[in-house]
Amino acid sequence: MSGNMAFAIELFGQGVANGLMYSLVALGFVLIYKATDAINFAQGEFVMIAGIVISALASAAYEFPLWLALFAGLIFMIVFNIALERVVLRPLIGRPIVAIIMATIGLAFILRGIGPMVFGAAPRGITLPIEDYPVIIGPFFFTPIQLLGAGTSILFLLIFGWFFLKTRKGVAMRAVADSHQVSGAMGINVERYFALAWVMAGIVAMLGGVLWGSASGVDTQLALVGLKVFPVVILGGLDSIIGVVIGGIIIGVAEALAAGFIDPYVGGGTKDFTPYVLMIIMLMIRPYGLLGRKLIERI
Amino acid sequence: MGLYPLPISRFSAFALLVLFFIAAPLVMSEYYLTLLSLVAIATVGALGLNILLGYAGQLSIGHAAFMSVGAYTAANLATKFDLPFLITLPAGGLMAAAIGIIVGVPSLRIKGVYLAIATLAAQFIIEWIINHSPSISGGAQASIEVARPTLLGERLDSPTELYYFLLIVAVVAVIATQNLVRSRVGRAFVAIRDQDIAAEIIGISVFKYKLYAFAISSFYAGVTGVLYTYYLGIASYEQFQLGVSIDYLAMVIIGGLGSVLGSVFGAFFISLLPIAIRLVMENVGSLFVEPDVLAQSISQLRQILFGVLIIFFLIVEPDGLNRLWINVRNYFRVWPFSH
Repeated sequence: MSGNMAFAIELFGQGVANGLMYSLVALGFVLIYKATDAINFAQGEFVMIAGIVISALASAAYEFPLWLALFAGLIFMIVFNIALERVVLRPLIGRPIVAIIMATIGLAFILRGIGPMVFGAAPRGITLPIEDYPVIIGPFFFTPIQLLGAGTSILFLLIFGWFFLKTRKGVAMRAVADSHQVSGAMGINVERYFALAWVMAGIVAMLGGVLWGSASGVDTQLALVGLKVFPVVILGGLDSIIGVVIGGIIIGVAEALAAGFIDPYVGGGTKDFTPYVLMIIMLMIRPYGLLGRKLIERI
Repeated sequence: MGLYPLPISRFSAFALLVLFFIAAPLVMSEYYLTLLSLVAIATVGALGLNILLGYAGQLSIGHAAFMSVGAYTAANLATKFDLPFLITLPAGGLMAAAIGIIVGVPSLRIKGVYLAIATLAAQFIIEWIINHSPSISGGAQASIEVARPTLLGERLDSPTELYYFLLIVAVVAVIATQNLVRSRVGRAFVAIRDQDIAAEIIGISVFKYKLYAFAISSFYAGVTGVLYTYYLGIASYEQFQLGVSIDYLAMVIIGGLGSVLGSVFGAFFISLLPIAIRLVMENVGSLFVEPDVLAQSISQLRQILFGVLIIFFLIVEPDGLNRLWINVRNYFRVWPFSH
């Protein structure tokens, strides 16, 4: 029994670390939803394209130093997302939600096609200048990339939290999220803040691309991390930044425990399945999530 | 003849029947008939999704999961109990409808994005359950081989026979949908789509009709799954993954939401798009790039073009191909007088 317990504790640590990295990806989704009410089904593909661009630039073909590749990736994601908001999302403002969902799904297809077409389909890695021996903290056991990922996630969640609470732009953005019309009437340039939200999502996706890319390699499979976004944001609440942390940790721990304890009995696959079961339960009892605003219409 | 009030529409419906039932098998090679068979199958599925999304306004990203329910129901009935397709076809549809009702229950409480995510979850959960239940999925490969359908003691072996079989089902589905959407049920769907609260106030039970919409749509999806199974000769969950759900969403959006004809257009368009891309790339692209690069870039190009088309139609022509068709028709109806 104590062996099981130790195993559970170790899985718990793994789950928290992975969960925080999910939070980072989900944060991009929440930033966009919070400000623009748009549902982004392509967040995983954003992560993928950022990973592909950075790994390609850092690879033998282009031989960029790592810092330059990261910087170029960041610039690419910012420019790309500004263009995206301008060309695709802005004409769809005010259209039914299915139109926006389908547009981002279409975008996901485009990114999945363009990434391998331009930079080649072979899997690559992103090598960060960190040691690769495991780190043991108390009963827990982490790889350095997990610690770096968890640390980056917490840092950026804090930065965005500070941004929304303390800065002038952040307050304006919350006003835009609250009501597009009222904030427009108060002299806020709503469309500029829409663009800003997409840019922030691009920055977060770039970080996610680097972290997930160096943890699990870069190819089109990297986009699958986007499928974890929905359970995380439904659990935490679609428009809550703290909810993203909580949702991410819950999902990370749940899938680690499921993979450790249930997989041997059912023959695998529970890692992808458990988050969605949790999400369905949450949708049944509290559709707006643990910390989301209660904006559910009822009939 | 309430379905086709105008002589011209009666005439064109008849002409289309002649075209597809008599002219196409006479003129086309078997390869093109198999393509048309695929279009016929896709038409049934697209009609089902259009009933749910275009008429009742409920978004589902799990359409392919209902197809897999129908496919495995029919495959199990056909192999274990040796039942003919006249029984397995409706049985697959009814089983999918039952599952559809279960998935539809949350639609009472949630809508819009939450419903989209819930149906996405249904897609994964149904797929996982089928894949991990050997009693449903038939063992390690998670696929069941099914014999060709037999009708009146004769096996439908050749592509032409199979084409007729699929075409008849598709025509029945089209006529059934045309009747459905002008019935009380269909009009209730439209009322719910346009304003659910107003619909409730004028006495439409929103819950009941939302479940009807899910049940009917899933029935169509289940039938589509059964047809795929008989067409391919195998039921396999790999045929019904998330990408297929999205293909069908693209069909109804590009074809035209809330339009029977649009569903048919969409089914044609999305089913034939990859083949058209391959034809063009093989004939034109081979002049510029190496063959092995070409083979790889065809699937990538298909994805890019697919995404571009979805976005293009959403932004430029939200009513889809059906609207383009109506514009053309209206132009010629008054031609040569443009006003």
